[in-house]
Amino acid sequence: MTDHDVRLTVNGVPRTARVPARRLLSDCLRHDLGLTGTHVGCEHGVCGACTVLVDGLPMRSCLLFAVSVDGAEVTTVEGCRAPDGGLGPVQQAFQDCHGLQCGFCTPGFVTTITAYLRDNPDPTREQAREAVGGNLCRCTGYQNIVASVLRAAELTGGAQLTGDGRS
Amino acid sequence: MKPPAFTYHRPQTLPEALDVLAQVGSDGKVLAGGQSLVPLLNMRLAAPAHLVDVNRLTELAYVRATQEVVRVGALARHADTERDAAAYRVLPLLRQATAQVAHPTIRNRGTTVGSIAHADPAGELPGVLALLDGGVEVASAAGRRTVGAAEFFVGPLESALRPGELAVEAVFPVPPAGSGTAWLEVSRRHGDYALCGAGVLVTLDEDRRVAAARAAYISVGATPVRVELTEAVAGQAYDAADWAAAGALARAAVEPDDDIHATAAYRRHLVGVLTARAGRAAAAAAAGVADPDSAGEGGE
Repeated sequence: MTDHDVRLTVNGVPRTARVPARRLLSDCLRHDLGLTGTHVGCEHGVCGACTVLVDGLPMRSCLLFAVSVDGAEVTTVEGCRAPDGGLGPVQQAFQDCHGLQCGFCTPGFVTTITAYLRDNPDPTREQAREAVGGNLCRCTGYQNIVASVLRAAELTGGAQLTGDGRS
Repeated sequence: MKPPAFTYHRPQTLPEALDVLAQVGSDGKVLAGGQSLVPLLNMRLAAPAHLVDVNRLTELAYVRATQEVVRVGALARHADTERDAAAYRVLPLLRQATAQVAHPTIRNRGTTVGSIAHADPAGELPGVLALLDGGVEVASAAGRRTVGAAEFFVGPLESALRPGELAVEAVFPVPPAGSGTAWLEVSRRHGDYALCGAGVLVTLDEDRRVAAARAAYISVGATPVRVELTEAVAGQAYDAADWAAAGALARAAVEPDDDIHATAAYRRHLVGVLTARAGRAAAAAAAGVADPDSAGEGGE
């Protein structure tokens, strides 16, 4: 089985890795590229912890082969920070609303919500629940996560008003 | 939970893909969206020696709708099918059912045709294809053939595709004028596999009486189950048809199994309930009026 050269743009930075064909994108990010923010939970597409943005769209990185997305732009939770290196709006919202306890599921929530708010900047509470319906959390009971979605929408809207370009 | 090793092929064109599939034969498996295949690999329930990745065959990334038919190419993602405005205009059922395929994250990658080729009896798209009497365009190095839905679904995760073949297009016929559809499911949570799903197609005559009705069910058999409902509701007004009788007819026609998620008896019960609800909704849609149930039936 030959290895394959994979080129990805991860959080805006061109990266390369030489991987076996069976290397999952989740493992490529963590093991080959050292980006351990992406967490691996169930490894069969159910829990959502490994969700990253591939060419802007949220996808399960445990259900993608790195070689199959050769050339793609990938955004991980590390890429959801603010331009100044501080917390991005979704990350800030999770802190504000106590949206995480152990934090294992959080990277998948942050990426999923980042993409969701880009397309739906002003969700209702019901829509916010639906937005995170594909992600599992075993600590918080989801109430604070839903609150975090709404808070992130506020923060993103505020960012637009102040024109700092974060949204 | 790591996939077994395999030899990876990434053809750039359809003819190249068909050549590779012909070479690898029964040792090969097609990788499109992978949202069903990769879990099977991760859990080591499948171990193909060769994976043929068709994600570069952008010529197959299309949804084409006319007044007669919606054609979905092998690389159209669920999200593409769901959002396609032209397809929705002529065949709302595609969006109704696709919106209930897993979660948006899965629909961003998984493909409509892949879902059909996977032939999961819990899959929505196989049910839609069965309901509409659609078909699958199949290509191989030896040529092309069209397989109708009734022949395509052979058993659980088993289709009529042969080694070396690629399902290149799903063909969804548009029902005649005066038709309406609905797709309803009951699942433990939205996005989970349906405990039972039902699609109903109703065609009305010029007096808005039921001329024909049929249904397809998922998660209640080894393949999607088609049931003709016309005899229960023929000639009845669209807003007063005996959909409970249609439900009884369907309950008698299905043979669901028990599993850890639901008993066979409960699944059979759901067939009756969903037939009645979807029947009313489809008839209302055919008549061009709002579904009388829709206010209270969200979230399923």
